[in-house]
Amino acid sequence: MKILVLISNVPDTTTKIRFTGDNKSFDTNGVQWIINPWDELALTRAMELKEAGAFETITVANVGTQITESTLRKALAVGADEAIRVDAVPQDAFFVASQLAKVAEGYDVILAGIEASDYNGAGVGGMLAELLGINSVSAVSGLEIENGALKVHRDIDGGSQVLSVPTPVVLIVQKGIAIEPRIPAMRGIMMARKKPLNVIAPVDAESKTEFLGFELPAPKAACKMVEEDNAKELIRLLHEEAKVL
Amino acid sequence: MNFDFTEEQLMIQQAARDYAQRELIQDVLEREEKAEFPARHVKNLAELGFLGMMVSPEYDGAGMDSVSYVLALQEIAKVDASVAVIMSVNNSLVCYGLQRFANEEQKQKYLKPLARGEVIGAFLLSEPEAGSDATHQHAVAEDKGDYYLLNGTKNWITNASSASVYIVMAQTHPDKKSRGINAFIVDKNTPGITLGPHENKMGMRSSDTHSVMFSDVKVPKENRIGEDGFGFKFAMMVLEAGRIGIASQALGIATGAFERALAYSQERKAFGTEIFNHQSVAFKLSDMAVKIENARNLCLKAAWLKDNHQSITVAGAMAKQYAADIAMEVTTEAVQIHGGYGYVKEYHVERLMREAKLTQIYEGTSEIQKIIISRSLIKE
Repeated sequence: MKILVLISNVPDTTTKIRFTGDNKSFDTNGVQWIINPWDELALTRAMELKEAGAFETITVANVGTQITESTLRKALAVGADEAIRVDAVPQDAFFVASQLAKVAEGYDVILAGIEASDYNGAGVGGMLAELLGINSVSAVSGLEIENGALKVHRDIDGGSQVLSVPTPVVLIVQKGIAIEPRIPAMRGIMMARKKPLNVIAPVDAESKTEFLGFELPAPKAACKMVEEDNAKELIRLLHEEAKVL
Repeated sequence: MNFDFTEEQLMIQQAARDYAQRELIQDVLEREEKAEFPARHVKNLAELGFLGMMVSPEYDGAGMDSVSYVLALQEIAKVDASVAVIMSVNNSLVCYGLQRFANEEQKQKYLKPLARGEVIGAFLLSEPEAGSDATHQHAVAEDKGDYYLLNGTKNWITNASSASVYIVMAQTHPDKKSRGINAFIVDKNTPGITLGPHENKMGMRSSDTHSVMFSDVKVPKENRIGEDGFGFKFAMMVLEAGRIGIASQALGIATGAFERALAYSQERKAFGTEIFNHQSVAFKLSDMAVKIENARNLCLKAAWLKDNHQSITVAGAMAKQYAADIAMEVTTEAVQIHGGYGYVKEYHVERLMREAKLTQIYEGTSEIQKIIISRSLIKE
């Protein structure tokens, strides 16, 4: 079986977010890039399954410019065997899915993080399955493979569901798919340099979205302390100021 | 000049940071309180390759450069200086000494498992009456033909009870003074070796420090490192390289305290505003930042010189002395910025302050470093 893990390149979660160009684009100056946390968990599960013998090699793929290569290299250091970068500025989910559709053919299992921690688009996995004409399963929190058959766990309201799904399939994974991302060992870091990172030209695809503007969330208001025996004041504040009652 | 790090160096730094921030931070206070050896972390760090970072892959090391080593140690020491010293002794004293000076059989037998981190090592030079003045070794290694008979006591030995491999310096030819000293690889379980009690230290309490007594310990002839009488030179050359490790550890301790003080200064309010907005606090942080940047540059310069096979005698001494001294200053100021909270354990900075003190003492006191530096000033 062949597995492909989609890797989104996102700003480190401690990044100070700024916008440029009339607040229409994100200022990438001085940003530290990391593997999208959900994709990192997907890769971790892929590694575990590979170690259990389900796959021989793990491929990772990303749509991005050269700045995403250190993120792909990290995926290789963690344990992926080869990487593909579609050389384009990612525009929106449809654009990215269209690019990935070109490289994702022929894989039995495609893992996509449920969303990326930057734009929270949560669109690529489903669109990719549609473009490839294959099934997808969303909100996957567990994946087992026994004798080539996939057993997929997904979270549903108030419980969980276990499915048997045919391949090829896109699994849109979330927390729970793996416990904790792996830290690359030094041997892996050294080997990553020698593993293939193939750069592929993009296909023509129109983006379906136009960004009109970004804005930062309102700054957190100062914390107000209420004496423990003054429930009346607490209710008044919740009602008149916070307006949640 | 190129101040950029390579992709690998940054990845190693990140790996060390991830491990420290995710794992070491969880139980550092508890281990420190109980003076408990971090066995689980040493095992995990060994699997990641941090115990034999600079040993060539031929001998099962990770084959990394010294710049990566500085970056990694800094990240570990920011959170836990005890783990950093265990790592530093194994990497820059034991593994480095063996990789550079041991013969092929010794490397196969001892260096490989040390580089894999399956076992760890200790470096036994200091004695009850020979600290800074290491030329006067009282420990004796008598040449008995096909073995040496080792007698004496070694003090302040890091990793003493957890190590399996000892590198021991002892006097074979007292008439030749320091040129009569030899260095030996000694298996810790050799009969005749006993340990003193665990030293109840002020800081770095989860690294295991003991004195080690040798009583008629037979050391096979083939375990001597280098030619007869090479031991003192060996120890000095190894310590020279080791300074980069302790300097980086001190740098990490300073950085850890600084980051905590900076964060605290933006949360804590006094006189109606975050204390960072008071110049007395902001200027302290400014001074701390400059000192850390200087120490970091000295450490990286020394590492770069080592990676480029140039002398690190002076650069290493400068890095070690400066980083250790500013670690003491920066951690003290970090406690001051935290006020009363800085004096209690949960805020970590009092621990970092206690840890900083040792970096001015071990592996060559700040005063010894100044002797090295000042002597270099009048050499042509």
